[in-house]
Amino acid sequence: MEQSPILLFFRRMFRRKLVLVACIVLFVIVLMALLAPWVAPYEPTAIRVIRRLKPPNELNWLGTDEFGRDILSRIIYGARASLGIGFAVVMVSMTVGTLFGLLAGYFRPLDGAVMRVVDALMALPDILLAIFLVAVLGASAFNVVLALSIVYTPRVIRVVRASTLVIRELPFVEAARALGVSARRILSVHILLNVASPVLVQATFIFAYAVLAEAGLSFLGAGVPPELPTWGTMIASGQQYADDAFWVVLFPGLAIVLAALSLQIVGDGLRDMLDPKLRKAL
Amino acid sequence: MISPPLLAIDDLEVRFRTEEGESTPVRGVTLSVAAGETVALVGESGSGKSVTSLAVMGLLPRPAGRVARGRILFRRRSEQIVDLAAMPSSEMRKLRGSEIAMIFQEPMTSLNPVLSIGEQIAESVRQHMGLGRAGAVKRAVEMLDLVEIPDARRRVDEYPHQMSGGMRQRVMIALAMSCNPSLLIADEPTTALDVTIQAQILALIDRLRREVGMGVLFITHNLGVVAEVADRVTVMYAGQVVESSPVKDLFRSPRHPYTSALLNCLPARAKRGADGRRMVQSIPGTVGNVGEGCAFAPRCAHSIEMCRTSSVALEADGERSARCLRWREILA
Repeated sequence: MEQSPILLFFRRMFRRKLVLVACIVLFVIVLMALLAPWVAPYEPTAIRVIRRLKPPNELNWLGTDEFGRDILSRIIYGARASLGIGFAVVMVSMTVGTLFGLLAGYFRPLDGAVMRVVDALMALPDILLAIFLVAVLGASAFNVVLALSIVYTPRVIRVVRASTLVIRELPFVEAARALGVSARRILSVHILLNVASPVLVQATFIFAYAVLAEAGLSFLGAGVPPELPTWGTMIASGQQYADDAFWVVLFPGLAIVLAALSLQIVGDGLRDMLDPKLRKAL
Repeated sequence: MISPPLLAIDDLEVRFRTEEGESTPVRGVTLSVAAGETVALVGESGSGKSVTSLAVMGLLPRPAGRVARGRILFRRRSEQIVDLAAMPSSEMRKLRGSEIAMIFQEPMTSLNPVLSIGEQIAESVRQHMGLGRAGAVKRAVEMLDLVEIPDARRRVDEYPHQMSGGMRQRVMIALAMSCNPSLLIADEPTTALDVTIQAQILALIDRLRREVGMGVLFITHNLGVVAEVADRVTVMYAGQVVESSPVKDLFRSPRHPYTSALLNCLPARAKRGADGRRMVQSIPGTVGNVGEGCAFAPRCAHSIEMCRTSSVALEADGERSARCLRWREILA
């Protein structure tokens, strides 16, 4: 009992070894992205035509692409854009989604209006909606973030609203009201802190979806401009050489899988840990 | 000159809009609580006692519930008399927690699980007493001391799940008392606790009442508790007051048949059967549709034709009142 809650948190979290591995993988990827200029062996845009489409070798560990650019370096720099876009999408959709979810769940008259919009947005397939939005807005990193945020915010609204509906009926909310606590404070402290855990879990999943969706959009040409290396654009521009030079698409693809998979596993781990019923079973 | 009571509910009617139409859980309730006095509000589930208390707190579920008639007069600390039923909700909010406080039945779920108990007390005193952060924490420790929680300085940083049910109810009381309310509404505060803890909590509430001189409206269905804590008792049935009386008189000679039936349900008062064992009686039937006459008539052993057809008024007689046509006959 006299254990620091943070320590306890990590001990529970890492009881499953897979979650620990996923966390480490994620940590390494994030570190790589942050320290890209120092860890990348080459400039990601340095073109050397004589070394074009070289398989993995001692100079270029993961080979080179059609312009002779080092794939490892591009993956490392690509992590910045891919994870950066994913992270931005998470932040925007969490903020907006939590706000509207709380309001819809707490103020009943708002609920109908908000949820109809949410239903309408969720009726459309994710990637189709994103392609449409980017096509209308124009291809840029900012617009990709905007489009994917519009796609994923409704999910957050749903989760937050559902939790809010449950929590607002709990006795401690009424007790807080009986103490004269304002509706704003009830929402922003009493309820928000209690919906934090499902939102956190949802955040890791949305992060994973966003990384995948960004890659998909870039691959389809509805993503970020090709000059900016992201994992998606690397696969997109490399696909025509994939027959002869599989490494051009394989390694960025692996990077996407690794990042998305470890995010999902971390999300699962968080969910299992934060759900008291599952926690006991572990 | 006698000062007016702290709380005077006058002919209160609460209506709820439901999908099946309008219902009236409280139909003309009149009761009063003086400063320093404990009034017990007794009745079975659904008799309207909790709804009455929510109406006083201005916490009727909106937009379904509303006060349809009557007044809830409350004497403020400034001696000003206000009608809580007609008060704007923003004003009402300032009163809640500062001058009127409430403790609830469920100590296990009435505290926010993710805030430390110190933070929860501090929240209330910062808002109502305008204390700063340090002052609020100091006040929280004081309050925990007041409700006899040992080692308050350490426990103030603990979370609800680290405490037992009895301790949590103490915290709830500390929360309610933190801004020195003049009226405390206790909605079955001991129902969820085991018997030994119940007695402690009752003694604590009673001690605080004496020390601070606040009025207590004690909502319960437990007549044993009533005998212990109350000065006066108001018995409710189907949304109406059926009897109101000083506690001694009520236990000695109940006037309304429902009150006597309730008292006969107490094991200690039950009559012994042929084999010498006590026979706890139950009241047959359930609360039916409320029509013209006495709401209790369908379940009443003494009811006559007139009980069902004519409306029955609350008949006052000195300190006591009863809503029964035949109470004199039955008593005799």
